[in-house]
Amino acid sequence: MAQLDLREKLEILADAAKYDASCASSGTAKRKSAGGKGIGSTEGMGICHAYAPDGRCISLLKILLTNSCIFDCHYCINRKSSNVRRARFTAQEVVKLTLDFYRRNYIEGLFLSSGIIRSSNYTMEQIVEVARSLREDHDFRGYIHLKTIPDADPELLRQAGLHADRLSINVELPTVAGLARLAPEKSAPRIEGAMRGLRQEIEDKSDAAKRYRSAPKFAPAGQSTQMIVGADAATDRDIVQRASGLYGRFNLRRVYYSAFSPIPDASAVLPLQRPPLMREHRLYQSDWLMRFYDYGPDEVADAADPATGMMPLDIDPKLSWALKHRHRFPVDVNRAPREMLLRVPGLGVKAVDKIILARRWRRLSLADVGRLTVSVAKLRPFLIADDWRPVTLSDRADLRPIVAPKKEQLELFAA
Amino acid sequence: MRSVALAAPDDFEGWRDAARALAAARVPPGDIVWQVGEAPADLFGDEGVLTGGGEQLRVPRRFVELAREVILHGDPERFALLYTLLTRALANGHVIEDGADPLVRRLETMAKAVRRDIHKMRAFLRFREVPHQPAPPPRHPSAGYSEMGGGVGERAGAADSTYVAWFEPEHHIVRANARFFVDRFNSMRWSILTPEVSLHWDGATLSEGPGATKEDAPQDDPTEAVWKTYYASIFNPARLKTGAMLKEMPRKYWKNMPETALVGELIKGARAREVAMVEQARTAPPRATGSNSQSAWAALREEAAHCTRCHLYEHATQTVFGEGPVDAALMLVGEQPGDQEDLAGRPFIGPAGQVLDRALAEAGIDRGKAYLTNAVKHFKFEQRGKRRIHAKPDAGEISACRWWIEQERLIVRPQVTIALGATAARSLLGRTVTISRERGSPIDLPDGGGEAWITVHPSFLLRIPEEARKAQEYEAFVADLKAAAARLRAFNPAS
Repeated sequence: MAQLDLREKLEILADAAKYDASCASSGTAKRKSAGGKGIGSTEGMGICHAYAPDGRCISLLKILLTNSCIFDCHYCINRKSSNVRRARFTAQEVVKLTLDFYRRNYIEGLFLSSGIIRSSNYTMEQIVEVARSLREDHDFRGYIHLKTIPDADPELLRQAGLHADRLSINVELPTVAGLARLAPEKSAPRIEGAMRGLRQEIEDKSDAAKRYRSAPKFAPAGQSTQMIVGADAATDRDIVQRASGLYGRFNLRRVYYSAFSPIPDASAVLPLQRPPLMREHRLYQSDWLMRFYDYGPDEVADAADPATGMMPLDIDPKLSWALKHRHRFPVDVNRAPREMLLRVPGLGVKAVDKIILARRWRRLSLADVGRLTVSVAKLRPFLIADDWRPVTLSDRADLRPIVAPKKEQLELFAA
Repeated sequence: MRSVALAAPDDFEGWRDAARALAAARVPPGDIVWQVGEAPADLFGDEGVLTGGGEQLRVPRRFVELAREVILHGDPERFALLYTLLTRALANGHVIEDGADPLVRRLETMAKAVRRDIHKMRAFLRFREVPHQPAPPPRHPSAGYSEMGGGVGERAGAADSTYVAWFEPEHHIVRANARFFVDRFNSMRWSILTPEVSLHWDGATLSEGPGATKEDAPQDDPTEAVWKTYYASIFNPARLKTGAMLKEMPRKYWKNMPETALVGELIKGARAREVAMVEQARTAPPRATGSNSQSAWAALREEAAHCTRCHLYEHATQTVFGEGPVDAALMLVGEQPGDQEDLAGRPFIGPAGQVLDRALAEAGIDRGKAYLTNAVKHFKFEQRGKRRIHAKPDAGEISACRWWIEQERLIVRPQVTIALGATAARSLLGRTVTISRERGSPIDLPDGGGEAWITVHPSFLLRIPEEARKAQEYEAFVADLKAAAARLRAFNPAS
C-alpha cells in the first residue's frame, strides 16, 4: 500500500515539476564514490539517461517536494487558486526515491524544487534537509540541483550551496511588467537580489578553494535561471538583451527558455495557445551564438526582424545575421581569422577548430571543407576555398531561398 | 603476408606492440592480416610476427589517443586502417592534424561512434535488483527473479542485494567502460552482462566472465514500475518532439530500457491531452469572467503601457488600449489611434469615432456595451509642419501588435467581432483581406474565437468627396453593423 501512495505522489509531484526546462547535470566538480560508504559520481559532462517524447533529456529526478503553494502566479499549475490535486513528499521519501533510482542507473541525481508552504524559510529548510540527508547520511556523491527560494534567509541559501552542485532561481518572465502581471507576489528586485547574493557566495568560495584545499565547495556547477517565453509581451530581441544582462551581472551558467505551454486549469490571464516550439529553439540558438560564437547581444538582436523584434522561424539566427551582413562575406577558409570563420552559417565550433588545425599544413579545397562539416551546400555562398569562389553575394537577391532549409513541417502538430 | 593475432577485439596493447614492430621493419600495410583470437583464419599468414624492435618510433600523442578509441570500434578493418595511418604519420606527423584527410576523417568518425557508444552505455544501461547470492551470478539462474524482488519500500539498503544489468553495445567498449561503473557504484555489488563479456564487482574487486545472454539477467524489478510512473509524468504532452527524442535515444537501445514501452501510448495521447486542456480552459465556468478577468485586463493594460514591441512607441504620446466591459459580447476593432486618441489615450473619440457613434446608434448597438479597441495601439504619423498626418501601419507593425489584441480577445471572448477596415481584418485573420469581397457574412475565427464581420473603417467614409457616394457607403456601413447586431441577438435571445 505504501508503494501505491508513493507512486501517486510521484505522479503528481513529477507532473508539477515538468514545466521547468532545466535538467542539466553538467559542469560540476569530478567526484567518485570510491573510498566512501555510498554511491555516486560526477564527470564534467552530464548524462541524459532517457528522453521523453517531448524531446527533453531526463537526467535528474526532477520533482517538487510539494505542489501546495501560498503564491498565485498565473502561469503556474501549482498556484493557490488552481484546482490541481495536491501532494507532499517527506524528505526521507525523496531521499529513498533518489537512491533507488540512482542504484538502477536511471538518473544522475536529484533536481528538487517546491511550492511555497507556510513560509519561504520553512520551505527552504525542507529542501535543504533532503540534500543534507543525501550527502551526510548516505554519502551520496551524485548531482544535486536545488531550486532556491529568493525570499529565504541567506543562511539557508548558504547551506543549500554547501550540499548542491547547482542552485537556481527563476526570473520567470523576461519583462518586469510581465512579472508584475503574472506573478503579483514575486518581485523582480528581490529575485535579482538573491541571484546577486548567490554570485557573491559562489565566487568567494571558489576563491577560497583556490587557496585552501579544505575550503568547502559551494555550488560548483554555479547558478542558472529560467524564463517563460510567450506569456508576456517580450519580443525575441527583448529576451536576448535580458539574457545577456543576466549572464553578465550574475555570472550565470545557463539561461533556460521555456516556451509557455498550456496548463490544465489555466488562469484567464494566460494566452491559451502556446508559442511555436521553434521560437524557443531559435532563442537557444541565439544564446549559443552569444556564449560560444562571440556574438554581442546587439548583433544577435540584429538577426531579428527590425519591425517585430522577432527571430525568423524558418532560418536560424546565424544565417539571418549573415544574410543581413552580406558585405562581410565570402570568408576565405584558408586565411580568415577564427572569429570570422565562426560567423559562417553552417560552420560549427568544432569544424572551425579543425579547419584552423588543418590549414596550417596545406590549403583547403571545398571538398576538404565538406569532409569537416555536415553539409557544404549551405556554406558555399559564404566561403572562398582553394578551388571555389562564389558569385558575389550582393548580386543575388534570391540568396535566401537557396540557403534556407527546404520547407518542411517545422514541428509535429505545429500550432 | 604476415598475420597478427590479437588477444581480444579491444586489445590495444597487442595492436600497438605488433604495429610498432611492423612499422620498424617497414612492412607495408597491404602485407599484414590482422585477426582477433588464436585461430589462423588466413591461408597466407605464414611469415609470423616480428617481436620487439629496437628502433624507437615517435608518433604524435594525438595518434595514440585516436588509436585507443578506434580499436574499440566494431569494424574489422580498424586495425589495418590504423596501421596505414601510423605509417603515414611516421613519414609526416602533421597528417594527424588534417581532419579533411579522408583516412583521418574516417578514423575520427569511427572514434566518435565509439565515444557515443560508451556514453550511451553509461546512459541507457539499467540495473535490476536481485537478492544477493554468495556465488557469482550463475549463467543459468534456477528460478525467476521477478518473484524474488522486493518492493521499493521493503528493503532499506543495498547491502543484501546484487544489481544486474544486461546491455548490448554496438562496439567493443565494455572493458573500457568498466572504470566508470566502478567509480559510480563503488559500494554496490553489481554485474554487467553483455554478449561478449561480463563484468562483476563485489564492492572491492572487478572480475571478468564470459559473454552472456539476455535470459541470464533478471527479468524484472518492481522499482521499474515506479520509474515508469516518473517517465510518464515528467513528459509534457503539450510539446511533442519525437524527432528530438529519436535522435538521442535511437530505437536500437529501446529493447533493454523499461520506460520505452510507454512511448507509443504517450505520443498517441499527447495531442488529445493538449486539446482537452485548452478546451477545458475555454469552456470552464467563467470563474475568470467577473472574478479575475477585470484585474487581468487591468494588468494587461498596465503592461501594454510600456510596450516597445515595435518602434511606433518612440514618437507616439502613449499606448491607446482598448476600453469597454471585459465581458462584452461584441468587440469592435479599428486600425490605430488617430491624433486626438493619441493625446487623450482613448479609442474612437476623434472624427472617425463620431461617425462610428452615429452609425452604431442607427444600427441599434449600445456603444457602452461593446469593447472597442485597435489593431495597432500606437499612433503612426508623418509630421507635416505642425500637423501630424495619419500613416498606415505596415504588416510588421500589425503583426508586432497582434499580441495585445490576442490577449484582449482571450479575456473578453466576444461572440461577435467587427473588424473596421483592412488593418483590423488583417490583424484578426492573419491574412490580407479585400473588404468588398468578404463583408456582409460571418467568418468563423479559429479556436472558438467567435465570428468576425468585416466592414469599412469609418475614416474611409470621411475621405469620400462626393456626397452621394458618401451617403451610399454610409448606408452600407450601417447595414453591416445591423447584420452583426442581428447575429448577436440571435446568439442571446433573452437579452
